[in-house]
Amino acid sequence: MRIFDLETESLRTLNKMLQAKVHDTNQAHWQIENPKGGHAIAVGLDAFIEVTVIGSAGYYCGGMNKKATINVQGSVGPGVAENMMSGKIVVEGDASQYAGATGNGGMLVIKGNASSRCGISMKGIDIVVHGNIGHMSAFMAQSGNLVVLGNVGDAFGDSLYEARLFVRGEVKSLGTDCIKKEMRPEHLAILQRLLEEAGANCRAEEFTRYGSARKLYNFNVDNASAY
Amino acid sequence: MNDRDKSTSPRTVPIKSSNFSDATNAEIRRAAATGIYDIRGGGAKRVVPHFDDLLFLGASISRYPLEGYRETCETNLTLGTRFAKKPIHLDIPITIAGMSFGALSGVAKEALGRGATEAGTSTTTGDGGMTEEERRHSRTLIYQYLPSRYGMNPDDLRRCDAIEVVVGQGAKPGGGGMLLGQKISDRVAEMRNLPKGIDQRSACRHPDWTGPDDLEIKILELREITDWEKPIYVKIGGARPYFDTTLAVKAGADVIVLDGMQGGTAATQNIFIEHVGQPTLACIRPAVQALEDLGLHREVQLIISGGIRHGADVAKALALGADAVSIGTAAMIALGDNDPRWEAEYNEMGTTAGAYDDWHEGMDPAGITTQNPKLTGRFDPVLGGRRLSNYLKVMALEAQTIARACGKSHVHNLEPEDLCALTVEASAMTQVPIAGTNWIPGKKTIK
Ligand SMILES: Cc1cc2nc3c(=O)[nH]c(=O)nc-3n(C[C@H](O)[C@H](O)[C@H](O)COP(=O)(O)O)c2cc1C
Repeated sequence: MRIFDLETESLRTLNKMLQAKVHDTNQAHWQIENPKGGHAIAVGLDAFIEVTVIGSAGYYCGGMNKKATINVQGSVGPGVAENMMSGKIVVEGDASQYAGATGNGGMLVIKGNASSRCGISMKGIDIVVHGNIGHMSAFMAQSGNLVVLGNVGDAFGDSLYEARLFVRGEVKSLGTDCIKKEMRPEHLAILQRLLEEAGANCRAEEFTRYGSARKLYNFNVDNASAY
Repeated sequence: MNDRDKSTSPRTVPIKSSNFSDATNAEIRRAAATGIYDIRGGGAKRVVPHFDDLLFLGASISRYPLEGYRETCETNLTLGTRFAKKPIHLDIPITIAGMSFGALSGVAKEALGRGATEAGTSTTTGDGGMTEEERRHSRTLIYQYLPSRYGMNPDDLRRCDAIEVVVGQGAKPGGGGMLLGQKISDRVAEMRNLPKGIDQRSACRHPDWTGPDDLEIKILELREITDWEKPIYVKIGGARPYFDTTLAVKAGADVIVLDGMQGGTAATQNIFIEHVGQPTLACIRPAVQALEDLGLHREVQLIISGGIRHGADVAKALALGADAVSIGTAAMIALGDNDPRWEAEYNEMGTTAGAYDDWHEGMDPAGITTQNPKLTGRFDPVLGGRRLSNYLKVMALEAQTIARACGKSHVHNLEPEDLCALTVEASAMTQVPIAGTNWIPGKKTIK
């Protein structure tokens, strides 16, 4: 394991080292100390490495991640795992706005709560939040799965496309074109697998599924007020 | 007057309202019948102050010209000198604007790449991601980072030559996009990660940042992902050019792309295209002023777009302080869009060459704004590329001709003092005096 101290070395050096592909084979493990809420930590990784951040990170931690596993032992600022392609990012604390925004793949786990716009425009990522999430979450979410063990704020799933949303707690209000849907066996199976992968100790049966009513898919004047 | 006189005495001729013109009334009836606003492609069709309202003075006794074809007049430029490790070098100050694969066919994108490369300039991706065709055929490819993030991925980010963060577009500052279901082929759907055949809405704001302070961090992230190699452009619509330029520069932009209201779009509400944003002509001086106030004019480069048609427009934009211009509509026309050779087919669709703008319907007979293989099969990307490169070279030569006539050994040496304005409006907007006077509205007269 290599320890990297952001107090004595620069962000540029850190990301450059983490992005170097030599780690593809030897499964290196990195520990980042003194992140102190810094932005763009461990972004653009593209190798099967493990990175542990000791403390809290700022904006876009793990942005555009591919393959790597990142564990943040603290909280993160806006846009954690934004546009992630693959790999796994686990945040032990809370996440600010836009967690997992536009993510294409991989898994994002938030052990605490996430703020507003969690999973906005998600395109295939799986997001599991152990706590609650804020308003306008899953706005225009295209595909992937968003799992929330706690409660959800206003306008959930507004203008939703094909993403699947699973909530155990209460949803304050649903956004335009988002509706409650039947939980079929295939959904239970997907959800159970995600819960296990995210280390969540609960059963898929406790959740409600939400999805798109698909009424906004093709322009219709009678829905004009919803556009 | 008695009844008999009435029939023979002169009558007021029927006068149509200029306010309620035939076109306006037809649009009211269309809206009443369908309940849908008019969506179309292209830029503003109305007349607004434009480059035609400026003229070059040329050389005389006080300034002497350069010999055409003998004395050199350079057109090359470098973009992204502020922070990027690998700035962009172009032979001519005319670039190809971002136009999405989805709106345009794969072959049209390829032709744009071929033409730009032959002419020594760059081309740009668009909403919908980067295609193999355009990467392969573009020596210099600018990769757009848009609110929708359709097709966005770190590999393409690393294989582009510069990144353009799109905040807005001149045709629709403050608006998002819409690609109607008819144009969503399997390939388009897959690149955008959405089901086939549904309308694809593009958001008007970025999903993970708002405001200049966030933008600064977003730019930091993009630089960190790409090893600080790539120039970062920020594209803004012509809304508040002074402040938007200032804020984009503050956020760390290497290059500002400023698109005036005449700028084309693939598909937007007609009302948005015609009524939102400032004319290109009005945007340039405030943006240049912002750069000068920051002490960064020429250090942060300015690319102007929206209604550029020929070398005189290029020269005028440069004289007002831009470093380069960008073209969308004109490039499409060079490729063969709206060509009279397809007149019969335009007529069948109830339109005519020069007016065809229902690009979102995907029926383009020229094979440019469609995904229908029958139609795209008509388009030859090699020939299209050749035509575009010819046109780009002509524009560069035209700009050189004017620059030489003004005594400049580089097109960038053109300056506002080489111009006069034909209208009060153009004068006020560009701070260039009205022809025959030394008067600029709102300025003290200088002798
Ligand atoms: C068919 C078409 C598609 C376009 N797609 C995009 C796009 O994806 N992203 C973008 O920033 N601008 C897009 N634009 C706007 C152009 O980048 C550019 O700002 C504009 O065309 C410049 O004005 P001009 O058409 O008068 O040259 C598009 C324009 C056209 C005509």
